[in-house]
Amino acid sequence: MLLKDEVQMLRRVPLFSGVEPGKLKLLAFTSDRVSYGVGDTLFHQGDIGDAAYVVLDGTADILVESPTGPIKVAEVERNSIVGEIAILCDVSRTATVKATTGVEALRIRKDHFLKLLSDFPEITIQIMRVLADRLSHTTSELTEARSRVRQLE
Amino acid sequence: MEKSLTRYIWNHTRRQQIYILIVVLVSMVPYFLSFDLPKRIVNGPIQGNGFGEPGARQMFGAISLPIPGYGSVRLFDGIDLTRMEMLYALSLVFLFLVVVNGLFKLYINTFKGRLGERLLRRIRYQLIDRILRFPPSQFKRMKGSEVSSMVKDEVEPLGGFTGDAFVQPVMLGGQALTALAFIVLQNVWLGAIAAFMVGIQAVIIPRMRRRLLVLGRERQITARELAGRVGEIVEGIGTIHAYDTSNYERADIAHRLGRIFKIRYDLYQWKFMVKFINNFLAQLTPFLFYCIGGYLALKGDLDIGQLVAVISAYKDLPGPLKELIDWDQTRQDVQVKFVQVVEQFEAENMIDPSLQALPAPVAAAGMAAAGLAGVAAATTAGVHQASPAEVKVSASPEEEAEAMRESVGPLAAVNLTLSDDSGARLVERVSVQIDPGETVAIIGAAAGGGDALAEAFARLIWPESGRVTLGGKDILELPESVVGRRLTYASSDSFFFYGSLRDNLLYGLKHAPLTEASYEGSLMLHRKWEINEAKLAGNPHHDINSDWIDYSAAGASRPEDLFASILTVLDAVQLSKDILDLALRTTIDPQTRPELAERIVEMRSALTGELEEAGLNGLVVPFEPGAYNIEATVGENLLFGTAVGPRMMPQALAKNTYFRSVIDQSGLDRILFDMGYQIAENAVELFSDLPPDHPFFQQLTFMSADDIPLYQGLMQKLRGGNGFERANETERGQMIRLSFQYIEPRHRFGLLTRELMDKIIEVRQAFHENMPEDMREEIERYDPERYLASATLMDNVLFGRISNKHADGQKRIRSIVSSLLNTMGLLEQVLDIGLDFNVGAGGKRLTIVQRQKLNLARAMIRRSDFYIFNRPLPGLDHRLQDEILRDVMKLVRGSGEHQAIVWVLSNTSLATLFERVLVFDRGLLVEDGHHEDLARKNGVFKQLVAS
Repeated sequence: MLLKDEVQMLRRVPLFSGVEPGKLKLLAFTSDRVSYGVGDTLFHQGDIGDAAYVVLDGTADILVESPTGPIKVAEVERNSIVGEIAILCDVSRTATVKATTGVEALRIRKDHFLKLLSDFPEITIQIMRVLADRLSHTTSELTEARSRVRQLE
Repeated sequence: MEKSLTRYIWNHTRRQQIYILIVVLVSMVPYFLSFDLPKRIVNGPIQGNGFGEPGARQMFGAISLPIPGYGSVRLFDGIDLTRMEMLYALSLVFLFLVVVNGLFKLYINTFKGRLGERLLRRIRYQLIDRILRFPPSQFKRMKGSEVSSMVKDEVEPLGGFTGDAFVQPVMLGGQALTALAFIVLQNVWLGAIAAFMVGIQAVIIPRMRRRLLVLGRERQITARELAGRVGEIVEGIGTIHAYDTSNYERADIAHRLGRIFKIRYDLYQWKFMVKFINNFLAQLTPFLFYCIGGYLALKGDLDIGQLVAVISAYKDLPGPLKELIDWDQTRQDVQVKFVQVVEQFEAENMIDPSLQALPAPVAAAGMAAAGLAGVAAATTAGVHQASPAEVKVSASPEEEAEAMRESVGPLAAVNLTLSDDSGARLVERVSVQIDPGETVAIIGAAAGGGDALAEAFARLIWPESGRVTLGGKDILELPESVVGRRLTYASSDSFFFYGSLRDNLLYGLKHAPLTEASYEGSLMLHRKWEINEAKLAGNPHHDINSDWIDYSAAGASRPEDLFASILTVLDAVQLSKDILDLALRTTIDPQTRPELAERIVEMRSALTGELEEAGLNGLVVPFEPGAYNIEATVGENLLFGTAVGPRMMPQALAKNTYFRSVIDQSGLDRILFDMGYQIAENAVELFSDLPPDHPFFQQLTFMSADDIPLYQGLMQKLRGGNGFERANETERGQMIRLSFQYIEPRHRFGLLTRELMDKIIEVRQAFHENMPEDMREEIERYDPERYLASATLMDNVLFGRISNKHADGQKRIRSIVSSLLNTMGLLEQVLDIGLDFNVGAGGKRLTIVQRQKLNLARAMIRRSDFYIFNRPLPGLDHRLQDEILRDVMKLVRGSGEHQAIVWVLSNTSLATLFERVLVFDRGLLVEDGHHEDLARKNGVFKQLVAS
């Protein structure tokens, strides 16, 4: 796939919708295009986070280790970003991400990603939006779980 | 060690000293004879005394023995010779005496030199032996480089002094006394004057030299401190750079050097001052002779003949006297040095030598051979005593292995109190027993005391009160051959010795020379000499070339089985992958391992098959002579080989006339120029408005940030078609250079067409076919059937480039290659190459994580009763720590019934994997029991786990 086709693809990702095409080309050039087969892991829980992934095509499961085995907590969909928490907060991976279909992704290395955020406020705002979205999602799930626990008691 | 150097030398070289003294005295006979001879030659045959009339004859070599009260007995009548014959005879005797004197001198000097060197060897060995027996606390105050400068440099002069320690004063004293006595015989009063002046010299000069000794001591200490600081700079270079303190260090060093200079300069000033006074006093005596003696002679109280005789006798006195005073100076100097060094090597609570001795009584008989008989006799005697059987450890390896199978009993701390250097309590009255076969986790806050307890188990901290016992006996009183093998300790503070990975991994198995190395011919003689010399200098003569590896301790019965043990351990600590990587990154010489090279070439096709089976066809793009490799650069595709010589290196290639001519003739230069132009266009578009230090530039492999303005300018100039014609030679080179680095799937500019690829292959073939003979040796062409000597092992296996398209391509290919190596039975050989990797000084060529893993592996490979792990893996992430801990426990469990593990955990949650948990808090053992019981108790354990 050529750089200019990739740029077209990146423009469809909501995260980068506000970024001008020239910068998208730079982003595409500096990040690695990677593909995964079904069942491949993008990264493991507990590893040191060195990159974030933009899933261009395919889906993946987000799994968290628990004493009873891995629990699926969410799903990564097409055109979304995953793995940014470990980079932003400098913690080890909080979950394992496993491809459920063939996955085409853009792997953005940690220092590149951070530079991207400081260079392009548009992307930062988008990331904030994604995180806030997730937080509200988690909060509502927590509320639900708590009320369920209370009912059980 | 003796406090006085003289005593030390006397104690160790008594016999040799007496022997050499006798030799020296004997050598005096021909020496004095040779003094007398010239006079006899001149007076006799030359001047003709006794040859008054022509044809007169004299007796040569008559010997008569005077017997008091009887007269003399004639032993030999001599030979009747003429004057001329006499001249020849006496001259020949003179020549003979010259030779004899020379030989005596040679022998004496060699003997003294050897004596000194042996003593030096003895001192050095004893000092290092003491280091090995110091209590652990001693090392907190020592600087390694200071100690090494003491052992190496400061004791050096002691060797030189040894030979002269006793011979010199006796000889010189004798000469001086003789000269003095001679003067007294000539005239008592003048003799008294001379004696008085000598007395003054003997009193004043040593006094003046006291200051020299003080300065000498200061010089020694400052020089030692300098060595210590230099060592610190080398070791702390990272810190120095990190905090930009290099100029502070420079200032410190300059200051020290200034001080050393001052001391040395003072020393010189004093030295020459003392010399001046010494010479003055020596010259004062003749002045008194002339002045007082002359006065007496003129007054008629003294015979003029006597005065002349005294003055001529006096010339023999200052020489020996001066040398004697110099000798005394050296003596005091080395004495001070000796005391200075010995003081540093005194410590309380030294480990008793018997605790470190090899289980067998090592032959002490060699000592006796170092007697008077000295040279030749001792050599032969020593060889007989050093028969190899004596050197061996008495218990056979089998017996020892048998003993190791039995449990040694519990490890216990009894009322143990530990404190640090400042006196703060680390552990307070802890009593705990660890039984064979238990698995115990120690947890607690960082300074809780658990780590201190582990260090006490390892004898790194000695108890302030209470004891640590093994099988009921105090571990400080048990021989190290028991404690050092029954207990295995590993912490995060690892040390590695300069050498290969293998040496370091097996380091913990080298307790004793188990199998003697066998020698033949001259090597055998050399070994015998080594043993003999070692004995003469009080050194042990264990052979460093013996096989020291205790295979049974590693669970192997034969050396060939050891690899299995190594592999299990490396797998358990997850180091085998690292070592395999190290091996795959090395280049090997196919000449030395022809079989491996051949198998690696075979592996190429096996790898292709394997990849096909796994559905990973495109993962590796192989080099094929007739095809373009899309994952390699354009340059690589053109060259199609690895550069060996300087003319083929990428930088030089553009200037290589042959290469340029091939490119130019084919017309490829124009195409590559256009390609380079487009690459430059893309790069400038992408990167022109980024600051030069932007991390994105890492991705720009074919250009650096500094090149951007250059290419911007070039493009402005060459814009608008026909660029190739308008560009000059360098500009063309600059553009073509860009195209060489281009990889289509990676850079994705869409510049590589089918036709271009075909063209490149065509040019490649032409390039190789017509290459001049002398250039062929500078390039190793890619050949699917041959091993590439200049490429790494991995490149030889792949013989292609890993595709950029696959995620984790590198990782996947590595796992496929390692499993393939395993199925082909090559893993052992390849890991063997990896184990040859030199870890560098202190293991610094390994990463911190690798060092920690290796440290753990080094501990695991030994079979012992108790494994004490003191937070051995702090640098690893939690998942790895967890996995390695589980594997290590499984491995220890599998190796026998009575193996126990004590693990100080940094990750508290892993405590659930152990049968018993000890919880420490502020130096106290607060909880002890099964983790489930402790969890129920709502105590410190629960808090720790919850946090």
